[in-house]
Amino acid sequence: MHDIVIAGGGVGGTVVANLLAEELAPEISLGKVRIRLITDRPEHVYKPAFLYLAFGRTAPTAYRRPQRELLHPRVELVVDPVLAVDTSQRRVIGDSGQAYAYSRLVLAPGAQVVPERTPGLAEAGEQFYTEEGAARLYRRLEGFTGGSVVVSVIGVPHMCPVAPLEMIFMLDAFFRQRGRRDQVELIYTYPINRVHSNPAIAEWAAPELESRGIRTETFFNVERIDPQQKVIETLEGTSLPFDLLIGIPEHAAPPFLESSGLTDAGWVPTDRHTLRVKGHEGIYALGDVTDLPVSKAGSVAHYQAATVAANLAAEVRGLPPAARYQGKTFCFIETGTDQATFVEFDYDHPPRPVRPSRWIHWAKMAYNQSYWLTARGVI
Amino acid sequence: MTQFAVDREIDARGSACPGPLMELIRAMKASRKGQVVALLSEDQGSKVDVPQWVEKAGHKLLAVEEDGNVTRFIVQKAR
Ligand SMILES: Cc1cc2nc3c(=O)[nH]c(=O)nc-3n(C[C@H](O)[C@H](O)[C@H](O)COP(=O)(O)OP(=O)(O)OC[C@H]3O[C@@H](n4cnc5c(N)ncnc54)[C@H](O)[C@@H]3O)c2cc1C
Repeated sequence: MHDIVIAGGGVGGTVVANLLAEELAPEISLGKVRIRLITDRPEHVYKPAFLYLAFGRTAPTAYRRPQRELLHPRVELVVDPVLAVDTSQRRVIGDSGQAYAYSRLVLAPGAQVVPERTPGLAEAGEQFYTEEGAARLYRRLEGFTGGSVVVSVIGVPHMCPVAPLEMIFMLDAFFRQRGRRDQVELIYTYPINRVHSNPAIAEWAAPELESRGIRTETFFNVERIDPQQKVIETLEGTSLPFDLLIGIPEHAAPPFLESSGLTDAGWVPTDRHTLRVKGHEGIYALGDVTDLPVSKAGSVAHYQAATVAANLAAEVRGLPPAARYQGKTFCFIETGTDQATFVEFDYDHPPRPVRPSRWIHWAKMAYNQSYWLTARGVI
Repeated sequence: MTQFAVDREIDARGSACPGPLMELIRAMKASRKGQVVALLSEDQGSKVDVPQWVEKAGHKLLAVEEDGNVTRFIVQKAR
C-alpha cells in the first residue's frame, strides 16, 4: 500500500491532498493508496485576509473554515501538530505521541514569523502577519491621530513579498479617507538599495510611493529597536524615530524541520523543478517552507501543488514523475483601498506591473471569496 | 588567492538577486567587529550593490577578486 502523508493543512497541503484524492480515487477505493493530511489545527485560515483585518475590513467568518469541509471525503484528516520526522524509519511523529508511517511524505507546514529575533521588535512594533497581530494593529490605527508611521521590511524572505507595499499604499488611502493624512508622516524602509527585491516591481513602485508623499529609506537593515525612545537603529549606523512601527519580522520554517535534519540555512532544500527534497528519497516540499528563490505566496503554493500531486500520482502508478514547476507566480497588489494592479512571472520571465485600476481591485476581492474553491482543488 | 584571513565564507552562487547581498548582510549582522567575511556571487548586480552597501554601512571592502563569472568580495566588519 502507498501511504501518502501530507504535513500542513494550508494552501499547499490542502490542494495537494484534494488533487491527489481526485486523481487516485480508484486506487483509494481498492485500498492501494491512503492519503492522510496532518495539521495542527481544525480550522483553515486564509492568511492574505490579515492585510484587510488590519483595517477592520474583514472578519473571522470570512477567513476561517473548518479544514474538514475543504477536504475531499477520501482524504483522512489528522489534527496533531508534527513534532518530528524520522526519515530513517519513514514516519512522522505527532504531539500526541502517535507515529504516522509514510511511503511518500509532502512537507507543507508554511513559514512562521519570529519577531523575537530582532531586539525590541516584539515590545515596540506592530505587525500584520498573524491574526492577532493584524487585529491589534487595527486597534492602533483606529486610535492613531498623528505622527510618523514606519513600515519596515526587516526579514527577507517574508510571506507575500508585495504585502509591505500594499500596507503602505493602504495606510496612505486610510489616512486620506479619515482626513488625517496631513498629520501623518509615512515612511517605508527596505534592506537593499531599492524599494523591492524584484527590480521590475521596485521600478514600478518607487514613483507610486513618491507621488503619494511616502518617504523611503533604502539600504536600511534593522539591528535593534529601542522601545523606550521609540527609535529604530540600523546596521548601517542610522537611527529613525517612529510613533507607530509596523515591522515585517524575520521568518522561519517550523522548528521540527531543523531538528529532523530537513533544513539547510533555515529552509527545506528543494529541487526548483521537481520539488523533491534534496538528499531525501520519497519526500516533496512546497509553499513557504522551501528554500526556492520564488515568492512565499499562496499562488506559488497553489501552482506547486499541481506539480507535486502529478508527480506523486505518477510514482504510485509506477510511472516516472515528469511534472515540472517553472517558477510561476501571480500576485495582486493593492495600491490603495479601491485600486490594484497585478504581476505574473516565472523563472524565465520577469514581471511587468500594469496600470492600477478599480477592476483589478475587484478581481482581488472576488479571488478572496473564491479562494475556498482553490483550496478544494476546483480552480 | 587572497592574502586576507577570512573568518567566514559565504557561497551565494546561483542565489538570485538580491540574494547575495542579503546573505552578506545576514553574515555581517552575525559577525564581530574586525572579523572578515568573504562572499562569492555570480549575480552581476552584486558588483554595484555590494560595494555601495559596504560603504553606506561603514565597513571595509578589502578586496574584489574576479574569476570568470564569479566575484569574491572580501569585507571587514569595521563597526
Ligand atoms: C498578511 C499576508 C498577506 C498575504 N497576501 C497574499 C496574497 O495576496 N497573495 C498570495 O499569493 N499570498 C499571500 N500571502 C502568503 C500566503 O498566505 C502564503 O504564502 C501561503 O499561505 C503559503 O502556503 P503554505 O501551504 O506553504 O503554508 P500555510 O498556508 O501557512 O499553511 C501551513 C499549514 O501548516 C500548519 N502547520 C504549521 N506547523 C505545523 C506542524 N508542526 N504540524 C502540523 N501542521 C503545521 C499551519 O497551521 C498551516 O495550516 C500573504 C500572507 C500574509 C501573512
